[in-house]
Amino acid sequence: MKKVLVLAAFVLASAVTYAGGYRVSLQGNKSLAMGHTGVAVVNNSEAVFFNPAALVYSENKFSVAVGVHGVFSNIAYQNTETGANARSDSPMGTPFYAYASYQATDWLAFGLGVYTPYGSTVEYEDDWSGSHLVNNIDLAAIYVQPTVSVKVNDKLSFGGGPIYVTGSVNFNRNLNRTLTDLDGNRSNVTIDASGVNSWGWVASTMFNVTDNLHIGATYRSEIILEAEEGTAEFENIPNSPLTPFENTGITASMPLPAEMTVGMSYSFCEKWMFAFDFNRTFWSVYESLDIDFENPAIPDSKNARNYKNSSVYRFGMQYEATKMFTLRAGYYFDETPVRPGYFAPETPRNDSNNFTAGLTVNLGERLQIDASFLYSHFKEVNASYDYYFENGQAVPFKGTYKTNAFVPGLGLTYKL
Amino acid sequence: MKNILKYTFAVLAVGFVSCEPEFDTPVTEQGFYTSGSADLSKYVSVGNSLTAGYADGALYKMGQEHSFPNIMAQQFAFAGGGDFSQPLMNDNLGGLLMGGTQIAENRFVLAVDANGNPGPVRLEGAPTTDITNKLTGPFNNVGVPGAKSFHLVAPGYGNLAGVANGAANPYYVRFASSDNATVLEDATSQSYTFFSLWIGNNDILSYATSGGVGVDQTGNFDPTTYGGNDITDPNVFASVYSQQVEALTANGAKGVLVNIPEVTSLPYFTTVPTQSIPLDAATAGALNAQFGAYNTQVLPGLVQMGVISPEEAALRMVNFSEGVNFPIMTDDDLTDLTDILQGAPFSLPAELAALLGQLRQVNNDDLVVLTASSVLGSTPDPNNPQGVVGVSIPLADQYVLAKSEQDRVTAASVAYNATIEALANSKGLAFVDARAALSRLANGGLPYDGGVLTSAFVTGGAFSLDGVHPSPRGYAYTANLIIDAINNTYDATIPVVNVGDYPTVMATNN
Repeated sequence: MKKVLVLAAFVLASAVTYAGGYRVSLQGNKSLAMGHTGVAVVNNSEAVFFNPAALVYSENKFSVAVGVHGVFSNIAYQNTETGANARSDSPMGTPFYAYASYQATDWLAFGLGVYTPYGSTVEYEDDWSGSHLVNNIDLAAIYVQPTVSVKVNDKLSFGGGPIYVTGSVNFNRNLNRTLTDLDGNRSNVTIDASGVNSWGWVASTMFNVTDNLHIGATYRSEIILEAEEGTAEFENIPNSPLTPFENTGITASMPLPAEMTVGMSYSFCEKWMFAFDFNRTFWSVYESLDIDFENPAIPDSKNARNYKNSSVYRFGMQYEATKMFTLRAGYYFDETPVRPGYFAPETPRNDSNNFTAGLTVNLGERLQIDASFLYSHFKEVNASYDYYFENGQAVPFKGTYKTNAFVPGLGLTYKL
Repeated sequence: MKNILKYTFAVLAVGFVSCEPEFDTPVTEQGFYTSGSADLSKYVSVGNSLTAGYADGALYKMGQEHSFPNIMAQQFAFAGGGDFSQPLMNDNLGGLLMGGTQIAENRFVLAVDANGNPGPVRLEGAPTTDITNKLTGPFNNVGVPGAKSFHLVAPGYGNLAGVANGAANPYYVRFASSDNATVLEDATSQSYTFFSLWIGNNDILSYATSGGVGVDQTGNFDPTTYGGNDITDPNVFASVYSQQVEALTANGAKGVLVNIPEVTSLPYFTTVPTQSIPLDAATAGALNAQFGAYNTQVLPGLVQMGVISPEEAALRMVNFSEGVNFPIMTDDDLTDLTDILQGAPFSLPAELAALLGQLRQVNNDDLVVLTASSVLGSTPDPNNPQGVVGVSIPLADQYVLAKSEQDRVTAASVAYNATIEALANSKGLAFVDARAALSRLANGGLPYDGGVLTSAFVTGGAFSLDGVHPSPRGYAYTANLIIDAINNTYDATIPVVNVGDYPTVMATNN
């Protein structure tokens, strides 16, 4: 048995990271350890996110799960033509989650979730060769989601609820490849918007084919964050009417795309469970990142993105090794939403293979410690962003990228 | 159970082993780029303002950081190159002080005037670089703004005492190793493995930029007798240049020689049009009436008397018409008629005779220099609105490089270039044809990822606001040309830079 387990861990661990674009699929340590599957897993303390409809089938009257992940992502860039090279020095990202659910009656359950499904923290060395596209970016969105789960019968349930989002973005880039002040300090702009709020919704269903086989589906709506009261702060601008940059307000919109998930889970040999999730993220809504400066003298910033819808294929395995330990491993393949020629260094994502593992330690009947680990592997890729313009002429930013990410996570679950 | 835990953590640990993403072949790895048969570990650059990184009419820190040798040294670092030091100025204003008194002006910036027109103006501010503050070398970059070929081997060229009488160069005074040192010795006394030599530009340039007011010294082999704006004799150039190449290659170092571009393609000579005086029909008619007798009687009379040739008479005819006209100018290559016109049969008053003495109109063979733009059409005497330069006051000779003067410049530079290329070939050194490169910039330009680099003033991108020296982008282009030549000659693979990453002119209002 031990040998089988180790083998399974290696096979599965030959694959996990977070999703393409700025989707951060880290919504629970248990689920992440299984390749971030969970849409068809019943008795899941993270179901408020993965499938609210499943809450009503929970064995527990009351459940709380909280956790956090530490995202260590690294980007290396080089251009063999010029020798230009750079490494990101991004601070650790800390996406978190908190879920609570309450079984009100046999057919009705309530839940509340707070989680961070979108975000990005990338920091390059200032004035690196792609600094006209990005020096650093910090994007965060917090979802607050009250949920109702209703059982139709033992086979079928529905769930859903509204989502309130509060988001923020802080983004710095140099104005172009060459503009400086008199002493050679590069001219740059910082875009800042926080407290940007919006609403969306989630709906899901759970179908119990047998006691061991479950099928689930969840749809989370698109949410567009409209920043109306952002600011643009310009730095190191030469004193000239030819460079009329001064601090001003901005409006911009950032889409948080809709996501559809369908999946199944199958329990076998008493202690084992296999889960498969398929995500479709509707990235095509992200056509362009446009920043509209209030000051009419400052030309608006248009940054084509032209993302395409993308899919993620997730596989997870769980083994209840002992009363105390539950072990998990998983893999997912994450398709990039970025089309060729739109590879921007603020989210340099190509297809990735992602490998996950983790475990739960049961401290008595009620308290669990959940730990997970994710390694995201991106192949070295030659890519370019072709939609940066200088004087009306497209100036591609080309090079070779190699990225990876390591994400340890820790959480607590309390059940009654 | 314990084993299971152990294995689980072993799997986790494997992931952490290679935390930083590594490329299959990182550019930073030794051997990715190679220096071929050259050794780039210590590079010295010898030359004039171009080597120093002079731009915008001044030497200043940012400009020096964009000098072509410094750009090259950064690329050399990928292929075994070492540190590269430069005698940096104290600030980004660029002016020079000598004992507290300013002796060189600040840099130009592109300022927008009250009417919204951009143009070069000197950046205001008190410069802080005093040449009496000696820097401690040696420096890898031994480029001295203003140096001519023979200056590199002239002892005392860095002696503070010689600055006042022009025997020494204030830029070299700052970092000369001793009062009697020569620029060449300050380079060769270092244990360098690679060098660049680009010298000779000023041997023709100052003659050209001063509108040919200097003397073509071809035939005079004693450079100590030359004035600042003279053309250096090609034999003198050949002699000192080969001496320099001999000295620089004496330790077996490899290097690169750069030839002299056709200076008349510089924006300094191509920006101000030959026709620059707008006149309406009435004014043109009135002017023509004044010159009528001169054109139809005086000039034919002088030809008849044998004083001037019919060709010179034709050249001296003055005609205006409605539209944009050629300004009048003084040309010291013309026969001086001042005395003759005062005598019989013309008997002109002295003042008028002096005006007509060496007068002609600018024509399409001439090149009007950049600095004429602030003079043409101006009224130097505020009490005399009729005294307009180019219309009633001739444009001074120093603002126009006539065809005959251009020919002297070309002849000298062709001779210098023959010397440079022959030495490069005989010594097996890399050779850069800067003349062909500037010609490409002046005729169509060079496409790069952000547009086309041309020699057009301000808008072309290749030249700084003095119209003579390259912008950082122009220096980056130069560095790439030299790197290409080194790669070809020495079988090296030094990476070039992206010229679009380098700035052009700086827009700033005072």
